[in-house]
Amino acid sequence: MSTVAKGTGTLQAPVGARYAGMLGVGGYRPERVVTNDEVCTWIDSTDAWIRERTGIVSRRWAAGEETVIDMAEHAAGPALEMAGITADRLSAVIVATVTHTMQTPAAAPILATRLGAKDAAAFDISAACAGYCHGISLASDMVRGGSAEYVLVVGVEKLSDITDKRDRGSAFIFADGAGAAVIGPSDTPGIGPTVWGSDGEKWEAISQRVPWDKIVALQEEEAATGKPADWVAAGAIDATEASTLKMAGQTVFRWAVWSMAPVAQQAIEAAGITAADLDAFIPHQANMRITDAMIKQLKLPADIPVARDIAETGNTSAASIPLAIERMLREQEVPRGGLALQIGFGAGLAYAAQVVRLP
Amino acid sequence: MAQDEQQVLSGLAEIVNEETGVDAADVQPDKSFTEDLDIDSLSMMTIVVNAEEKFGVTIPDDEVKNLTTVGDAVKYIQTAQG
Repeated sequence: MSTVAKGTGTLQAPVGARYAGMLGVGGYRPERVVTNDEVCTWIDSTDAWIRERTGIVSRRWAAGEETVIDMAEHAAGPALEMAGITADRLSAVIVATVTHTMQTPAAAPILATRLGAKDAAAFDISAACAGYCHGISLASDMVRGGSAEYVLVVGVEKLSDITDKRDRGSAFIFADGAGAAVIGPSDTPGIGPTVWGSDGEKWEAISQRVPWDKIVALQEEEAATGKPADWVAAGAIDATEASTLKMAGQTVFRWAVWSMAPVAQQAIEAAGITAADLDAFIPHQANMRITDAMIKQLKLPADIPVARDIAETGNTSAASIPLAIERMLREQEVPRGGLALQIGFGAGLAYAAQVVRLP
Repeated sequence: MAQDEQQVLSGLAEIVNEETGVDAADVQPDKSFTEDLDIDSLSMMTIVVNAEEKFGVTIPDDEVKNLTTVGDAVKYIQTAQG
């Protein structure tokens, strides 16, 4: 016997704003500055070697008790202020992170409540270094689709938690921080089409190899001794394959430069502009060498400011792009209202790029 | 079409010179990329991608670590060209 739908009534479709825009941006950099020289007290390396291969001069590490939610809260405040709205106007809070130490609950609902975004939809997304650009895409679509009016997108990481600080191949790269953006309705297009995708075939190129329970034990040891724990001695990782956040550097470099430059180019074309129209190029701050090689591949006009926040911030994964935007605006390297090409790429491998009008 | 050893060597030397500034004349078969020419892993990857384009070959990531000397790379490229 077949059933028949009642078929009565016409559903109301959601109605959103015609356009979405980036209304505010904010950043939080933890207080503790860790220089290359300090890193070299744990690994056999030099300041010059680290600078040459990564462009990193110093990075910020969060305090032991500081969580990704704490950092996200600090970044959200200035973003809301710039947007000129209070947290109670937020209809959604999206947190992009891979270093919130609990699978559940997500960081976003706790953040929303702390901010005073009562009843806001709140969830985390896991797209590693591409997470922030994924969040911007979702937020823009939500505003235009009618499921939200104002959305807070936060990229936040505490990578020092999952970094093996004694691994001379990776100890100097990863860092901590938070960046936030408020997306809301706009009279003119403020966020161009997103070009995004993934390649799971290369999932092993960047991956976390030590489960959180072991990491938490090592964090406790570090907090107790005040020194980086010996992950190999603790049995958390194999001595032959040091580093918990495993990265196949050459594979990632090849993919990031020669596969991502065309994605960035597509984002420019999808936005209906040319590279000459850009006021800034803001790639994920993975490694200065990747940024330099991307510029070469993209053949960007030489006068376009390029984000180089990695020098003093390190690689903060999902936080790196909003942190770089925050710095470039604060230092007046780029104009308010300028067009910026942003591209996130990383573990997954996942990527997302779009042209945005800066707040 | 396969190129002879000298053609591949001089083409590779050009690429190395462009990426690293190493004098093309120093790019000889017995030289180690890392030890003698001081080329780091990321510059090596740029050289590999440019060599793929120039010689019409594919050099997988896993293969790159086996290319210790300039001669290894020349041989690999010649073999790959068939």
